[in-house]
Amino acid sequence: MSIKADDFVDITDVVCPVTFVKAKMGIEELEDGQILEVKLNEGEPLLNVPRSFKDEGHKVIEVNDNGDGTFTVFVEKSGL
Amino acid sequence: MENVDYKELKKGGFMRQIQKNYFSMRLKSVGGQLTVQQLETIQKVAEKYGHGYIHLTSRQGVEIPFININSISQVKTQLGEGGVKVGACGPRVRTITACQGNSICPSGLINTVEVAEELEKRYGGRELPHKFKFGVTGCCNNCLKAEENDLGIKGGIKPSWNNSECTFCGLCEAICPAKAIKVGKTDKQLYFEPDKCIYCGKCVKICPTSAWSGKSGFIVSFGGLYGNRIAIGRRLLPLIFSIEILYKTIDIALAFFEKNAKNGERFANTLDRVGWKLLEKELNKAL
Repeated sequence: MSIKADDFVDITDVVCPVTFVKAKMGIEELEDGQILEVKLNEGEPLLNVPRSFKDEGHKVIEVNDNGDGTFTVFVEKSGL
Repeated sequence: MENVDYKELKKGGFMRQIQKNYFSMRLKSVGGQLTVQQLETIQKVAEKYGHGYIHLTSRQGVEIPFININSISQVKTQLGEGGVKVGACGPRVRTITACQGNSICPSGLINTVEVAEELEKRYGGRELPHKFKFGVTGCCNNCLKAEENDLGIKGGIKPSWNNSECTFCGLCEAICPAKAIKVGKTDKQLYFEPDKCIYCGKCVKICPTSAWSGKSGFIVSFGGLYGNRIAIGRRLLPLIFSIEILYKTIDIALAFFEKNAKNGERFANTLDRVGWKLLEKELNKAL
């Protein structure tokens, strides 16, 4: 957890496709180069949300397993 | 009424209904695709000769129920003029099913539609000791359920990792369903166990820096059944990268089935009786 995020969004309380919408709204608030911290559930969200970030040009820079069925992903806006 | 050759009718995709003199007419589709022109033709025929509805079969096909025996030749002509062919029933290669594959689906690893069309061209309707089903699915998510088929084809990727691109973010480790990847974030190391890899390609698709790349190929399974008996098709070969070798293995499998099966015996039952090793030996000749 050495990365300092500029904003945080928790999408563990929603399911696809709202996960994607919520994550997208989170990243849109930021400036290029800033970092969003996203807490998401393992399984489908972990597979699809980072892939959507990639498709939109944002770079996942770190992923941490929280050990409780959730992961925390740090994403740099427009980092790709 | 003329004498009816039911066997001939069934060959041409007419399924006898419980209602006397009526048939549910099976139409040809390849990889679950129909053009709007074909749909229009099907609509007209269902309205004029059927009961104004169609049935979507479990294998991506269309049937038009309630075709009267006396209308069969007109129906065939009208369908033919509209670009619709009659499907296959009986002991032969059946409708080739496929998902949309990598030309549409973000998860797809192979061009399933192209493969399905080529399978149809090479083997469609071929007579065999019993029915024979092909299914083509684009990736390990397996929407088309490859292993339910006598011969299943599934897209796969053999991944390789490039150290200089990797940022050790840990995403590939988190998403790998086979737990074949360990990322050492502090020591900047990545540990990959190729033996555990199921060729799903998720690491390649998801990697933010394209440190994972790979060559896609075909995972082929043999002897799947999903009827009275349920058997999961078995993988007997490594990932196949060449399209020529893919068709060579299929040629061998069909020749093996033709040679060894009793009439009315499904592929899995033949393989259980004569031995899977025998097929495996034959298939290895293609590699």
